[in-house]
Amino acid sequence: MKYTGHVIRYGDNVDTDVIIPARYLNTSDRAELAKHCMEDLDATFVGRVQQGDILVAGLNFGCGSSREHAPIAIQASGISLVIAKSFARIFYRNAINIGLAIVECPAAAEAIAEGDEVEADLDAGIIRNLTTGAEYSTEPFPPFIQTIITHGGLMQAVRDGVL
Amino acid sequence: MGMTMTQKILAAHAGADHVQAGQLLLADLDRVLGNDITSPVAIRAFEGLGIKQVFHRDKVVMVMDHFVPNKDIKAAEQCKMCRDFCGQQDVTHFYDVGRMGIEHALLPEQGLVTAGDLVIGADSHTCTYGALGAFSTGVGSTDMACGMATGKAWFKVPAAIKVILTGKLRRYVSGKDVILHLIGQIGVDGALYRSLEFTGEGMHTLSISDRLCIANMAIEAGAKNGIFAVDDLTLAYLKEHGAAEPHIYEADPDAEYEQTIEIDLSQIEPTVAFPHLPENAKTFDAVEKIPVDQVVIGSCTNGRLEDLRAAAEIMAGRQCAKGVRVIVIPATQQIYLDAMAEGLLKIFIESGAVVSTPTCGPCLGGYMGILAKGERAITTTNRNFVGRMGHPESEVYLASPATAAASALTGLITSPWEVMEQ
Repeated sequence: MKYTGHVIRYGDNVDTDVIIPARYLNTSDRAELAKHCMEDLDATFVGRVQQGDILVAGLNFGCGSSREHAPIAIQASGISLVIAKSFARIFYRNAINIGLAIVECPAAAEAIAEGDEVEADLDAGIIRNLTTGAEYSTEPFPPFIQTIITHGGLMQAVRDGVL
Repeated sequence: MGMTMTQKILAAHAGADHVQAGQLLLADLDRVLGNDITSPVAIRAFEGLGIKQVFHRDKVVMVMDHFVPNKDIKAAEQCKMCRDFCGQQDVTHFYDVGRMGIEHALLPEQGLVTAGDLVIGADSHTCTYGALGAFSTGVGSTDMACGMATGKAWFKVPAAIKVILTGKLRRYVSGKDVILHLIGQIGVDGALYRSLEFTGEGMHTLSISDRLCIANMAIEAGAKNGIFAVDDLTLAYLKEHGAAEPHIYEADPDAEYEQTIEIDLSQIEPTVAFPHLPENAKTFDAVEKIPVDQVVIGSCTNGRLEDLRAAAEIMAGRQCAKGVRVIVIPATQQIYLDAMAEGLLKIFIESGAVVSTPTCGPCLGGYMGILAKGERAITTTNRNFVGRMGHPESEVYLASPATAAASALTGLITSPWEVMEQ
């Protein structure tokens, strides 16, 4: 799994209410959710996000509600990968379950700047900042979670009878 | 190495004699819960699996509580989808308008959770049932779908933080003040991925209502679950509510805890969490006179009968301050009825408050009390993130029912100690 894109960067404790405000939870339509992604944190996000961009954030990304609408909105907006210092646990499992790539890497999340071009190879456990040349290593996912990821999410893993 | 309460419940549901922190396992579920926001996504995923029947019609619970009675056409469509699905699947525990309540107040009240159960819910505050000695945790809609299909979910066995409670709360101080104090101490990620296990002699002095409130907000410290040791009060509550036979799990004496926190309940003061994180907890020595536009007393955190009693005691015979909109929301139909029978609703209405049908409504900025730009509310809900109750430039202050009621009377964020004799 390799991802290359430009970085959009936020701070600590980005919560699910700003990722997708509850006033839009009367729908679960992906395109509709994408239109309002990050609206209360950064009204410019939807206008500038490009397909394949990488989101970089600080501690406890995705804290708050269990709404899967949050990782869905991020995925549907075109973000290919989220790198954070840490993730809130429900967001973490939701992202894995729906097949949104995420990785915890405090060093990378600290150093990578807005607009940098980043390449991540999660199988090899390497994140490269193509703009600065810096390289960071990441922990591989445990085999059980790797199985869900390689099947493209939890439902396909269930369909394929591996769970 | 011994196991924590949480680890024992997970082991028992995974058919394992022993588990340890960090281990991944697949566990059997006693209940799979969803609401009108999260269930539609789960239903679509479930139907995509091609599985005809939910794993157990008695073990799936669906509660229409977030946007009901339907606030708009889209919300109505979402509820209809849940209603149709539960009809087709013959789901026993489907709670619609007229029978519903806020899910985390409703399930314990209806006896749907017992000690030792393993419950997942597609709602982050599912961790509430830890108050009854169950392992319960919030998940997303895909986990709910998988749970409805297979009766199982994957878990990483959590490490734990032990919270030892001593002493006894002072008058007009409640479980809400305890949990805001704790989150203030450890931060919104202070218990990330871990269990918060509450124990110590002081826990026996806490009512079930206070314990439900404390476990409810474990997620606001990032915890996977919050859980209380089972005592006589727990067993009496479970019996009274017709819950299934409890399975009592006790932490081993040599269970490993990453951290131990002691809280002397007698030292806890009325506490308020300032915008925009629940960890911004302050006691009144550090609180200025802050005017509020709205007060909300309700939610899965603080919409129980005991909460309404606490608020009514302070508001009885007094008037809400001019210009303050006060909204009281009993969390279930039963609480509504009990509050009516006790005369609490009359107290609220005579003081100038409105009383709403049970709903999550304003807590998440859904409806029934949305804030305009620049407005400020003090509420008994659980989150004060940016835009949580309405406009992104509005503010939410979290507090106990007693503090919210005192603030309703003055129009300023006010300690109940200031308006009542101690």
